Amino acid sequence: MATAAGTLPQYGTHTGLWSWITTVDHKRIGTMYLVTSFSFFILGGIEALLIRSQLAVPDGNVIDAELYNQLFSMHALTMIFLAVMPMAAAFFNWMIPLMIGARDVAFPRMNALSYWLYLFGALLLTSSFFFTAPNSGWFAYAPLTTLQYGPSQAMDFYVVGLLILGISSVAASLNFAVTIINMRAPGMTMMRLPVFVWMTLIIAFLLFLALPPLTVGLIQLLFDRNFTTHFFIPDGGGDPILWQHLFWVFGHPEVYILILPPMGIISEVIPTFSRKPLFGYSAMVFAGIAIGFMSWAVWSHHMFTTGLNPIPRAIFAANTMLIGVPTGIKIFNWLGTMYGGNIRFNTAMLFAVSFIPLFTIGGISGVMHSSPPIDGQHQDTYFIVAHLHYVLVAGAVMGMFSGLYYWFPKMTGRFLNETLGKWNFWLMFAGVNLTFFPMHFLGLAGMPRRIYTYADGMDWGFWNAVATIGAFTLALGVLFFIINVFASLRKEPTASDNPWDAPTLEWATSSPPPEHDFDVVPPVRARDPLWYDRDHGIARPEPTDEHIHMPPPSYYPILLAAGVLMLGLGPLSSLAVTALGVPVILYAIWGWALEPTH
Amino acid sequence: MAAEAHAAPVHHATSTGTDNRKLLMWLFLASECLFFGSLIASFLVFKARMVLPPFPHAREIDSSLLAGLPEVIQEQCAHVVSDTLVECHGILDIPVTSASTFVLLGSSLAMVLAVYGAQHSRPGMMKAWLLITALLGLTFLGFQVYEFRTFGSEGLNLSTNQFGASFFVLTGFHGTHVGVGVVYLLSLLAASFRRNGLGPEAGFHVETAGLYWHFVDIVWIVIFTVLYLIPS
Repeated sequence: MATAAGTLPQYGTHTGLWSWITTVDHKRIGTMYLVTSFSFFILGGIEALLIRSQLAVPDGNVIDAELYNQLFSMHALTMIFLAVMPMAAAFFNWMIPLMIGARDVAFPRMNALSYWLYLFGALLLTSSFFFTAPNSGWFAYAPLTTLQYGPSQAMDFYVVGLLILGISSVAASLNFAVTIINMRAPGMTMMRLPVFVWMTLIIAFLLFLALPPLTVGLIQLLFDRNFTTHFFIPDGGGDPILWQHLFWVFGHPEVYILILPPMGIISEVIPTFSRKPLFGYSAMVFAGIAIGFMSWAVWSHHMFTTGLNPIPRAIFAANTMLIGVPTGIKIFNWLGTMYGGNIRFNTAMLFAVSFIPLFTIGGISGVMHSSPPIDGQHQDTYFIVAHLHYVLVAGAVMGMFSGLYYWFPKMTGRFLNETLGKWNFWLMFAGVNLTFFPMHFLGLAGMPRRIYTYADGMDWGFWNAVATIGAFTLALGVLFFIINVFASLRKEPTASDNPWDAPTLEWATSSPPPEHDFDVVPPVRARDPLWYDRDHGIARPEPTDEHIHMPPPSYYPILLAAGVLMLGLGPLSSLAVTALGVPVILYAIWGWALEPTH
Repeated sequence: MAAEAHAAPVHHATSTGTDNRKLLMWLFLASECLFFGSLIASFLVFKARMVLPPFPHAREIDSSLLAGLPEVIQEQCAHVVSDTLVECHGILDIPVTSASTFVLLGSSLAMVLAVYGAQHSRPGMMKAWLLITALLGLTFLGFQVYEFRTFGSEGLNLSTNQFGASFFVLTGFHGTHVGVGVVYLLSLLAASFRRNGLGPEAGFHVETAGLYWHFVDIVWIVIFTVLYLIPS
């Protein structure tokens, strides 16, 4: 992960702050996504450490109840919307065009727009700490969010922040869907796409289809709070459960939006370091598609305790159990890939391999509370906290770290240090299990989630202390990663084009790649193109002197994002700001449309 | 952008043969389906539970429910059916909205003719029909403003009841989409007066705008059916 302009490959004369603000290069946008999302990952981690410090001992008094509510809500929002999703977007940006043999995404300026909207939305949401941060949990159930119970502007920040982030995600997902469908190199058929690309395509569809229901819910909440409607206010005939449906119709596909990209990453890492093609490629692809479809028919399992009728309860329970099948197919395919392989256990591979058992633990506890009677026991206890963190930290975050170690040489031309990497991995591995496994016990012992303290006599003190020690161990592991990045960036670049002997196209160009990605777009002859060429003695095509035209930089994306931010600031300040935003948006769109790109 | 890198502006080589921008518009419209689907679903949730007038369609209610309601609303429930029941008339004016629906449907025909003009190198025809499409869109919006004002004068606003809230938010967002479409069409019209007109891709640009316009039109057909034509 690069943190300063000087550590990145030089793109001719494109240096300086203005070149970053106006860039439309997918690799530079990817780097900005990576740096920003990792910064928010640190922030979300600090929020988690404050939470764990408060809960370390009974009757803790590190922070008060109100701040605690803000911290657990913002921890979830930060980790989900500002850290893990955009970190996946960072990998999409960096790797998708390279992996499919394209010179950029389909819409480079729209790609920059997605990034700036993400940055502005993230800053807006986080700036709420200066006032009152969202304090009703990340799923913000009504009526806690109504003016009566939430008179501060906290929930307005939530609504506006998530709306802006939603526009960013829809734009990015449309862009990547078009890129993957339409920008493939000659010979790169759909069933030759790397699994990471397939998972990206699936979650792109999930994103632009799942975000609209959330958008509608947020708009209704905005109207409830600012324009006198009663969508979710029971006193006026509203229905708090409607919010839950709209939220979880988005919220459950969102879970797969978070986990499928890391599954894609380890589907690249495991074959490379097992020196074997991925076992069951088509089963892997179709399992991903099946998960994508089924993720639409499980949302009500978040609502088993709201008094659903028995029939929908049974259907949603059955669907939830069924979605374990395609997930299981993936797990067995990763095992099958490693079986009989010549495995190299470097840091990237350790993270990828650890994903399998850790994610399985989270998956199995998920199958447990897919049963409504059992869910009635688990609901709102630490058992749920244990489950979701095994999936999202022990699963998604470990997968992301695998990707960071795997692709760092491609992004920077330098390797991350393996010794520091092993410290990084083992500390995180120990930390994850120390933090989250005891939460299973706490949950079954009856500890509710979202309580800011607990009495001494509850017997929850020991496992809470263990979990807190685990959280700091995890943080220490992440600290080793940061040290590793800075130490490695000071070294000379030594990475060759394909240092891992990997099979996919991103390794068929220099490390780091030139601005135009490939001197010659490589023809694709098989599913693992570089291994096919290696085994058949096919040399990379010679570059010709053909002039490669790349789209020029543009400041319209950041201007348009600023206009959208002004629209959003209106409900937080004065609607005049919203009115001022409209001409900014119109000017930016017209300038954008008329800007020459040739 | 590989496609832009080599090819002349008119020809874009893509994996599927479909232009990137047209594929983008189709996928965006898929996303919009879920947006309007969620708004319509919210309306239907409340439609089954409406308690207090004004109602969209005529309906009998217990007269005791009228107590405390504003006079302008009580007047709508003047028809006494029995000792305990009164009939409230429906607030929707279906003949007027049918007229505005035909205006919007007509705009789709105009849009088709604008696309035909653009694709067959007849810029005059294209400009004329773009203008007519936009004017028909504006006429539809005028009907909507009239409808909103009438409802307001009859005591229905965002806070009156769940019908008011879900009606105004749903049709308001649809109207916003029509408004964005009008700006889109007028922008194309303005750009077509430049020296090179809309350039060699005029047919493509107008056709893509047409996709959006027809979509907004089709959504209205669904809204008109669900809100106006199907009785409570």
